Amino acid sequence: MSLLTRSFVRCLVQASSRNIHSTAALASPTKPEGRTTCTLIPGDGVGPELIYSVQEVFKAADVPVDFEPFFLSEVNPALSSPLESVVASIKKNRICLKGILATPDYSNTGELQTLNMKLRHELDLYANVVHVVSLPGVKTRHQGIDAVVIREQTEGEYSAQEHESVPGVIECLKIVTEAKSMRIAKFAFDYAVKHNRKKVTAIHKANIMKLGDGLFLRSCEAMAKLYPRIKFEKMIVDNATMQLVSNPHQFDVMVAPNLYGNIIDNISSGLVGGAGVVAGASYSAEHVVYEPGARHTFAEAVGKNIANPTAMLLCASKMLRHINLLHYSTQIYSAINNVLKAGKVRTKDLGGNATTNEFTRAVIMNLK
Amino acid sequence: MQATRFLKQFVNSSGNVRNYASGVQKVTLIPGDGIGPEISAAVQKIFQVAKVPIEWESVDVTPVRNPDGRFGIPQAAIDSVNRNKVGLKGPLMTPIGKGHRSLNLALRKEFDLYANVRPCRSLEGYKTLYDDVDVVTIRENTEGEYSGIEHEIVEGVVQSIKLITQEASARVAEYAFQYAKDNHRSKVTVVHKANIMRMSDGLFLRCCRETADKYPEIKFEEKYLDTVCLNMVQDPRQYDVLVMPNLYGDILSDMCAGLVGGLGLTPSGNIGLGGALFESVHGTAPDIAGKDLANPTALLLSAVMMLRHMEMKDKAESIQKACFETIKDAKYLTGDLGGKAKCSEFTNAICERLA
Amino acid sequence: MALRILKQSNCAVLQALKRNYCSAFELQHKNPVQKAIPKIPKAQYGGRHTVTMLPGGGIGSELMNYVREIFRYAGVPVDFEVLDIDPNSESNDDWDNAITSIKRNGVAIKGNIETKSEQIGIISRNVALRNELGLYVNVLHCKSYPGVRCHHKDVDLVVVRQNTEGEYAMLEHESVSGVVESLKIITVEASERLARFAFNYARTNGRKKVTTIHKANIMKLSDGCFLETSRRIAKEFPDIKHDDMIIDNTCMQLVARPAQFDVLLTTNLYGSITSNVICGLIGGAGLYSGRNYGDHYAVFEPGTRNTGTSIAGKNICNPFAMLNASVDMLNHLGHTQHAQAIEAAIYDTIVVDKIHTADLGGTASTTDCIQNVLKHLAEKHVSCSTFNIAHPQINKELARNPENP
Repeated sequence: MSLLTRSFVRCLVQASSRNIHSTAALASPTKPEGRTTCTLIPGDGVGPELIYSVQEVFKAADVPVDFEPFFLSEVNPALSSPLESVVASIKKNRICLKGILATPDYSNTGELQTLNMKLRHELDLYANVVHVVSLPGVKTRHQGIDAVVIREQTEGEYSAQEHESVPGVIECLKIVTEAKSMRIAKFAFDYAVKHNRKKVTAIHKANIMKLGDGLFLRSCEAMAKLYPRIKFEKMIVDNATMQLVSNPHQFDVMVAPNLYGNIIDNISSGLVGGAGVVAGASYSAEHVVYEPGARHTFAEAVGKNIANPTAMLLCASKMLRHINLLHYSTQIYSAINNVLKAGKVRTKDLGGNATTNEFTRAVIMNLK
Repeated sequence: MQATRFLKQFVNSSGNVRNYASGVQKVTLIPGDGIGPEISAAVQKIFQVAKVPIEWESVDVTPVRNPDGRFGIPQAAIDSVNRNKVGLKGPLMTPIGKGHRSLNLALRKEFDLYANVRPCRSLEGYKTLYDDVDVVTIRENTEGEYSGIEHEIVEGVVQSIKLITQEASARVAEYAFQYAKDNHRSKVTVVHKANIMRMSDGLFLRCCRETADKYPEIKFEEKYLDTVCLNMVQDPRQYDVLVMPNLYGDILSDMCAGLVGGLGLTPSGNIGLGGALFESVHGTAPDIAGKDLANPTALLLSAVMMLRHMEMKDKAESIQKACFETIKDAKYLTGDLGGKAKCSEFTNAICERLA
Repeated sequence: MALRILKQSNCAVLQALKRNYCSAFELQHKNPVQKAIPKIPKAQYGGRHTVTMLPGGGIGSELMNYVREIFRYAGVPVDFEVLDIDPNSESNDDWDNAITSIKRNGVAIKGNIETKSEQIGIISRNVALRNELGLYVNVLHCKSYPGVRCHHKDVDLVVVRQNTEGEYAMLEHESVSGVVESLKIITVEASERLARFAFNYARTNGRKKVTTIHKANIMKLSDGCFLETSRRIAKEFPDIKHDDMIIDNTCMQLVARPAQFDVLLTTNLYGSITSNVICGLIGGAGLYSGRNYGDHYAVFEPGTRNTGTSIAGKNICNPFAMLNASVDMLNHLGHTQHAQAIEAAIYDTIVVDKIHTADLGGTASTTDCIQNVLKHLAEKHVSCSTFNIAHPQINKELARNPENP
């Protein structure tokens, strides 16, 4: 009986909320005051071309977002804006769309930290999320992949703590802390809960690095106890890579320390079509930086108008969702999907010969 | 492409000559646990049919308590490898519990096995999504992330040290180029992350560059780890020989094995100062042990690698050919390859081709 | 070296400090805790908080949908983890899941949860929730809305109620057949903590007086202890006036002259009585929201606890109690700008537009109320794009964490 009333209530409530939806849709857009500002870092390589594509699409869809562009680069320090002003802008806006920054092997000043690392540390962008999903119309060896890779990116191997003890012997420190391991584990589980995922797999190498990766694994295990409805598994990193290339469908959400995360990110991006089609985001408690999931500047394609803007457009779509602009987000997302599905306009990396501009135009044509 | 490479291997005549006495040579055999003894027997049988001039010296490496109270490898086994300089090893089980060092690790330390070589190649007859893989991963095996130096600085903060030395890096780089030359490979790619770990991976990269200068006939290329990961799963054809530090090698070699169908098909060799140890890297598979169901391919191909290492290239070629053809024929495939044959049937099929 | 690592791990806290203010949510996560529990990192990612939502029975799920609709419309950066609890289910599975969810997220908004079973040994789920999460204080702020038909105007008082012990300790037994004993537990520790919370609350919110409500003339030991403790703590706060009153007298005085009260400090049962009396005086169950705080968690709910099953699904229930609870929650999380906007829209709807539901003597439906609130939000230009309005200034009410003076 009570079940009956419950479903009855649901019906009514749904009806009433639909009612509200319609009024909301009428009232929400066309308000100049309601614009959102977003920090924009075009990055190196083809970044500026991809960002241009996003701006075109935003203009065409009339998205109420303003960009605050900053040129930030490590390979071109003379032109780069100071890191402080970029950080200040992101702190103010709390969202940022970013291309990839190239990282040279050597720093002119002998610094060990890269610009990317500095930005992450300044903003405490500790969690990197890459959603690896097979896109329609993209021909790859594997199909139907849908996994999320969550990577800790403020400690581990990328702590930039290296020294030469004696000539010819270099020690590179890998730092693992409990606080940060707990934090990333919780992030992964909360992500799984929020997105209705069923399983979290911790990637580690605790059989060899018993203390460091052991700590990470223990933290994940401890956190898993708080999420009895999410399945928790652990897998050694080399096995994980092997499973990824042979049977990627077994993975749902993966959580990994810095370096392993980087490897898994790239392998799984490769599985679904490469760096041009995978979107990612880096989270801190307060801010989000959206950037392509596999970090390649694709410098050899600069100016050739051949880069694939899909990843960047997907990033932008995810960003709009984050700032409650759901309508625009789905609009752009389905436009991209339609273009890919139709398969008529394909950039070079997907086996076509369309230019970046042509692809962008195709997406704009598909905006509904 | 593959065919030419195959041919090149076939016409291989010279190369660097190691000093092995002619005639029958002794080789240490560590059968291992689980399915180990079965597949070792299979390899021995095939070698016998192929009339390989090798005498096996079988040793047991079950840990014994050393005078210092710790469990370790029996001295007899160590002596045997030291005497013969070459060994073939089946899968080993590391006892669970504290105080047991991994036996693989112990062997690696004991014989200074500094380079791990794993050729991964798509097999005709066993279908995977990747049919164009032919890469060799060469991994530094003594230091790097697996240096084993770890400590907890304060509670909740652990620091592990990744150790890179010039000596070890140069050694493995040298081996990689020599391997490429010996096996008629055209390109060596160093896989690194020197943009992030500027000093440690920087040193490794420098050592490789210096070695590359000595081998002008071999193409040399530098790639970031992430790029290799990304491209390998998209188009593995662009890589040939890969050389890298320990952890990256561990991960990439297993991934490449995944591309061609798993660890049951990939051979592996460890090259050291005190000798060379060839092994199959798959598990002991206790569930099918003793049932005559195991696939001996990995160990057989490792043995083939060993023959090449011992300059018995003709024998190596003929056995490898027989093995590949048997798999391609697909009449006698073991369960892991989707067939129904028993281990002995598969072995006999290879023997027939050799006889 | 070690210093540097420490610095990195404290980064989040440092960032909050650099901004010179902390939301109550941040303070709760930063401060040393009284009860040792494993430290759980906060559920805030990219500026969005995750909050557990327990719609509960009756009108709960209806009202929660409105809350979500308004949040979506106002661009509130909060995500809900909605957990339905089947009241008929015998198993505690859903329920345990709800508790762990609150432990993970730290913050929850809830309707009233039904406990169907009348069996002995099965405790009320609402009570169990408070006990399990250690939510030792319940705060109910009652401020009358002009224009709402009621018995008294200009009432503005706060009930601070002990929430975990006292009469609701649920220790009952039948000693011999026909003789039932019920234990009322008062501890110095809990009373002290509560009194300190009340005085701190009074100080930070510019209140003048705290009145301890008791029955120490009859229950000399238990209520006596509660009263003594509050007197002792009062000495630490010379700027706040303190007096006390017996519960029966309090009820009479509340009905006759409510203006004489400011902050009421009560034990569990008396708090339940006084808050219901006050709500009845100034507009009924449908307007006011209650807040439950513990050392680690905060739970927000409509002030008077009943499910309203009889009016569920009829589109006539009063949504403002739940909306006010959501405003409290936003204040707690530090999203004060969004909170202010929604609060103002609610105020305008009730006071200016006089959109009243049946329980306030009006004829409006629930959806009328919600649409009017949305209209006001739109007029204030708080639409879906307010994601990056400047981070709110310090929230006065909880500027200093009351638990840790």
